Amino acid sequence: MSFIATPKRLRGLGLLGINQRNADFIMRYNPRKLYPLVDNKLRTKQLALVQGIAVPELYGVVEAQYQTKTIIEILGQHQDFVIKPAHGSGGNGILVITGCMGDYFQKANGELLSLNNIRHHISNILSGMYSLSGVADQAIIEYRVKFDPVFEEISYRGVPDIRVIVFRGVPVTAMVRLPTRQSDGKANLHQGAMGMGVDLRTGVSCGGVFRNQACVIHPDTGKAITGIAIPHWNDILQLATRCADTVKLGYLGVDIVVDRYLGPLMLELNARPGLSVQLANQRGLLDNLQAIEALKFIPEDVNARVALSQQLSSQHPNAGDVENPASVETP
Amino acid sequence: MRNLSVTLWAALLIILGLSICLYKSFTLGLPLSPKQNTEVWTIQAALNFQGLGGPAIVDFHLPSTTPGFIKLDENFISKGFGLSTEEKNDQRKAQWVVRRARGQQTLYYRLSVASSPQQGMWDSRPEFPQPPTHTEPYNSAIKAIIGDVRNESADVFTYTRELLQQLNAPVANDNIELIRSRAHNAEQWVEEIINILKGARIPARVLWGLTLSDAANDARLLPMLQVHNGDQWLTFDPKTSHPGTPANFLTWYVGSEPLFDVEGGRKAELSFSVTRTYRELIDVARQRARQMNSIFVDFSLLALPVQSQNVYRLLLMVPLGALIVVFMRTYVGIQTFGTFMPILIALAFRETQLLWGIALFTLIVSVGLMIRFWLERLMLLLVPRLTAILIIVVLLMLLISLITNKFGAERTLSVALFPMVILAMTIERMSITWEENGARTAMLYGLGSLVVASLGYLAMTNESLIYLMFVFPELLLVALGISLWMGRYTGYRLSELRRFRDVRTDISR
Repeated sequence: MSFIATPKRLRGLGLLGINQRNADFIMRYNPRKLYPLVDNKLRTKQLALVQGIAVPELYGVVEAQYQTKTIIEILGQHQDFVIKPAHGSGGNGILVITGCMGDYFQKANGELLSLNNIRHHISNILSGMYSLSGVADQAIIEYRVKFDPVFEEISYRGVPDIRVIVFRGVPVTAMVRLPTRQSDGKANLHQGAMGMGVDLRTGVSCGGVFRNQACVIHPDTGKAITGIAIPHWNDILQLATRCADTVKLGYLGVDIVVDRYLGPLMLELNARPGLSVQLANQRGLLDNLQAIEALKFIPEDVNARVALSQQLSSQHPNAGDVENPASVETP
Repeated sequence: MRNLSVTLWAALLIILGLSICLYKSFTLGLPLSPKQNTEVWTIQAALNFQGLGGPAIVDFHLPSTTPGFIKLDENFISKGFGLSTEEKNDQRKAQWVVRRARGQQTLYYRLSVASSPQQGMWDSRPEFPQPPTHTEPYNSAIKAIIGDVRNESADVFTYTRELLQQLNAPVANDNIELIRSRAHNAEQWVEEIINILKGARIPARVLWGLTLSDAANDARLLPMLQVHNGDQWLTFDPKTSHPGTPANFLTWYVGSEPLFDVEGGRKAELSFSVTRTYRELIDVARQRARQMNSIFVDFSLLALPVQSQNVYRLLLMVPLGALIVVFMRTYVGIQTFGTFMPILIALAFRETQLLWGIALFTLIVSVGLMIRFWLERLMLLLVPRLTAILIIVVLLMLLISLITNKFGAERTLSVALFPMVILAMTIERMSITWEENGARTAMLYGLGSLVVASLGYLAMTNESLIYLMFVFPELLLVALGISLWMGRYTGYRLSELRRFRDVRTDISR
């Protein structure tokens, strides 16, 4: 492996660069006035509820500092919950509480927090510490997803989620983001989470990427991450497609979790989805994006679009299907 | 489509900016590079005379057209005298008048010039002279010389050169010896030559000028020969026969009249003193700007008051820093804290120099970070916490200044000019990045900010660039064009070439 790749090689692989993503896709297909719909997770959630899209149940919203005193009432009987900023980005500022122990709350990583710690966290959120432009924010308290057992062995504390990129209402590619010890339970690749590529046709995983290195086992649990069938795969793709219809953004990242009781739930939407999905799948996005861009007619029906995406995926098969596992590096 | 119009706009802006810049450089003579200093000659003419007690009128020839030099400054010091100047027929004269002049009177005229290749020519057109009549044996000697020279010349230029060569030849015939015997000094020698040229019906005149040399206190005007070839005046050195004037020769006036004339005074004496100084080119350019009547110069920054000029000198460099940020982000893919924070850091480096700046910045940010981590445990609200960090930063700066002052290092006192709000924000952002994305990312961003800031500093303090941007602010159009053009770059970043280097299979096959 060389130190860097040549631009020619990357172009041959159809890899989308960040400049091109911004200039040719985000600017062209995502009207700025729609950004607030996805940048504010509270609005996204409310919009999704109206459209009948499954989301984690909302327990309450903290909008002002004085309300931090009353969070006990908001929490009510809930023993576990998630607190996150409405305008957060990159998974920052998300606090996952897995249970109560007397006066203390247990974080996903086992750390114990007092009620004061939680209030401080909420007031940090409210003062805009995690929001993109530092403006005052709201804190959302919601249902903590109990993820499907299929992910049990390949995630390290925290909730794995499925990122589907939808372009013009057609799913283009997907990956599962697995929390690791390094990512501190977060599911963002740049924070050290692992990306697991998924075949769009079958929902079966095909290897992944950790710290920009291709690999086939989870760094913390040591379990193989190839050949795992994601449950409710078709529902996931449909959910992603309907999300794109709801917010009308042309180039959208949909984050979905699979709850063991409730099935696929939409967590959040992203108007500027990252490019790591290309690494997780070991394939470039550009061919599929350009194929969809060239389409004159895109079917209305959600099922038809899912079928279309899977058909496009067969034309440009996943690298994972044809790879030579011997060349795969393990961390 | 969009790419095309962006490219067109970018090209238009770049071409427009460069054209104005080149026009100003070539037509108006504004230099493109700052030779830090340029020679400026200051010539002072002091005219002394004894007043007779009655009214006095002093006429004095002033430099008008000065090929090879530009007049930067001139002033007249003449206590109690009324002064008027008049300009006509390639001549410019000052007239000092006083009602009552008694005792020693001194009039000063001071002129500063800088060399400038583009300075104008004389535009007067003389009549063809009538051949003068001479007494014998001069008449036939001159006729013979005129005849000899005519055979060996083609036009006014070659005629004059040939004449001068024959007159100055070491071995001369009787005719020439006769002419030489009539001229007892340089002025008479030129007058003789003019007489001969008149005989050939070539308009000619004397040109008086000064050879500029450093610290000359008794400089004298030297006569040169000028002939008109129908288009323009050509100058020759009557002693050496060379066309043109000697090096550093400042033309004072043309014509056979005396340099000055004093009416109502006696014992009039004139002395020239010449000194050479070095001035910043930008000063010279500023003076030059006032004298040129071009719209580009009228609207030049050089016409602004000096204080505003200094502000713009700095302000005009900020776009260059921004271009570097754009390049580092879009093409290289370096991550920094905040988009333009590196520029602000770079501006702060101007006060401390680069190495000190980096050292102080790193020191304050790392100590600040440590204290910030401690503050984290106090669970303060965001804005009060930022204020606390700001106060700590000021305290740190104070401490550094006091300590280094004790050890006599003056340089570090300039730490006070560091923008403390920027330092505080850097500390806050760095600590958040540290907590959320790990120490490695935080260090990487911090390092990226410093690298971009250093590059920005190097560009923004480059003397040549500062000069260029200041004298040719239209280069901003070029910068705008470049930023438009870079704005549509959709290729890979250098960092992506590394990030995606291990993607394995060529799926397009």
